[in-house]
Amino acid sequence: MLNSTAQGAAGLRPARQSRSLWQDGLRQLRKDPVVVLCALYLVLLLVVALAPQVFAPVSYEQTDFSEKLQPPGTLATTGKLTGHVYWFGSDKLGRDILSRLIYGTRISMAVAVVGAAISFALGVSYGMLAGYGSKHVDNIMMRIVDIIYAYPTLILIILLQVFLTSFSQRPPDQMGAFGQIMVSLDSSTGGLFFVFVAIGAVSWLNMARLVRGQVLHYKLQEFVQAARVVGAGRSRIMGRHLLPNIIGPCIVAETLAIPAYIYTEAFLSFIGLGVQPPMPSWGSMIADGYSALRTAPWVLFFPAVALSLTMLAFNFLGDAIRDALDPKTQK
Amino acid sequence: MARLIVRRILWFIPVFFVITGITFLTMRALPGGPFDSEKTPPALVQQMEAAFGLNRPVYEQYFIWLKNAAQLDFGPSLKQRGKPVAGFLLPALVVSMQLGIAALLFALVIGLPAGIIAALHRGRWQDRSATLVAIVGVSIPAIVMGPVLVWIFALQLDWLPVAQWVPLADGFWPWLSHLILPAITLGAGLSAIIARLTRASLLQVLNEDYVRTAKAKGLPHRVVMLRHALRNALIPVVTYLGPLTAAVVTGSLVVEQVFAIPGMGRYFVSSITSRDYPMVMAVVVIYAFIIVFANLLVDISYFFIDPRTDHAQ
Repeated sequence: MLNSTAQGAAGLRPARQSRSLWQDGLRQLRKDPVVVLCALYLVLLLVVALAPQVFAPVSYEQTDFSEKLQPPGTLATTGKLTGHVYWFGSDKLGRDILSRLIYGTRISMAVAVVGAAISFALGVSYGMLAGYGSKHVDNIMMRIVDIIYAYPTLILIILLQVFLTSFSQRPPDQMGAFGQIMVSLDSSTGGLFFVFVAIGAVSWLNMARLVRGQVLHYKLQEFVQAARVVGAGRSRIMGRHLLPNIIGPCIVAETLAIPAYIYTEAFLSFIGLGVQPPMPSWGSMIADGYSALRTAPWVLFFPAVALSLTMLAFNFLGDAIRDALDPKTQK
Repeated sequence: MARLIVRRILWFIPVFFVITGITFLTMRALPGGPFDSEKTPPALVQQMEAAFGLNRPVYEQYFIWLKNAAQLDFGPSLKQRGKPVAGFLLPALVVSMQLGIAALLFALVIGLPAGIIAALHRGRWQDRSATLVAIVGVSIPAIVMGPVLVWIFALQLDWLPVAQWVPLADGFWPWLSHLILPAITLGAGLSAIIARLTRASLLQVLNEDYVRTAKAKGLPHRVVMLRHALRNALIPVVTYLGPLTAAVVTGSLVVEQVFAIPGMGRYFVSSITSRDYPMVMAVVVIYAFIIVFANLLVDISYFFIDPRTDHAQ
């Protein structure tokens, strides 16, 4: 309760007080070396994801059957990749694991960014409309969320994914213009676009619930009533008075939800429903590694470490931001 | 209390219609059918589709399905011809439940003590290491944890068999030794969540006035902890068992893929790709029912742990 009144007061003078909470948080975050390390790691991944061709030594789909399942550090002496050093080893088709890992970064980061963006945009607007709407509107909107929520998430995503990818197998003349655009978008991203749609379709539910709860809490407080009394409209109250107060918990929740998006894509690719080969995803690379576990454990090792480290970094960061933004835990 | 239960059960009705409706429509919108293959002549495919009523309008098929489902008849599998879906799914459900319960037990046995120890030693090394292990545990996904565990314990140390499922009927030890790795894979992340939840909740309770009062009365430390602190600290943990069951359900889908376990999740993925409509519908209904039922149980248990719940309504 103390916490909420402090933030409520912040709402009256948004410019100075609320910024200082963020500044406090930022200062606290910068002091923690682990947090800085996580942030640097994620920035590095983003840079790599933006320009994988700069970092990858060779193409992700270049096969070399004479150099199958080579251990890390092997120098290729025959085939198309002669003279190339497999720093992370090669997979069962003789492809360079390091290069594939680097291109796989693009998939995971894209899912992280797009998943978060969709969930944020849809979830925050839906939650705000429900929370700030009349009791009737709120009731209907949240019942809809509740119903979709009862559907096991992963099952819904798998179903959607199968549904969407089946479109691309149809002859082009059987689908409308919209369908053709969607399918061409999907094939140009190696099947990634439909993964976005499937994950995006379910990811906003949690955010909508969180935002709605926060709005219900804040909308009865004095600073909102004061804003209404002086004649602020609905959109102004939502945008200028409610949003700044609820954005903190939303960012925390979103950061902590990102590992789930990355994992969902990895799992879909693991069972062969995600991005289409030869496009590498960490999930499909883990599947490759799992099947070669007995003879070539390094094929599993590198994508497994990359996936776990990335999820760990987001979890660490989310936890740290939560602690930093929570006045109760500040020392 | 009774009202709450009735409301929850009534709530299942719209949920049921929406979930089955979405699944039914999506499955029927998929191109291809269960009988399509290179070898079968189109005339025969049409005949078989007619025999299973697949040539009727979709809404009619849905109503027929609803009518049968109301009598717990989920129809025949379209791939293993003639045999009822239930004949496949009941054994699969038993397998999935063994896995799920083993994972939940593992999660509770590891997570609860870890969270309690961390909270009681707040800020000291026990707390810091438990928190660190928990966040690492949450971050290692099952598709990594499973293969890595197999590599360590089955291939390198040779302590446990490589992924495969052995039914309980084949003996207790063979069954258990095959169950351990999948259960740990599924339970590890959950135990980390439980540990964090328990720690946070216990820390909050330890600051409450009634705990201070109990200490001030001179009650022994053990009594204060068990009767006053822990009992109340467990309320959020129990509430979380609902979402946790959902996590076990979807998690088991992953773990069953990784360890090739013949559970519900495996049937689900394979029956989607083979367009075995009745099988997909039955799996989705069972999953949804498990989740709704778990939430109902949580609501009821909540009432027993915290009698104030009833008055608050």
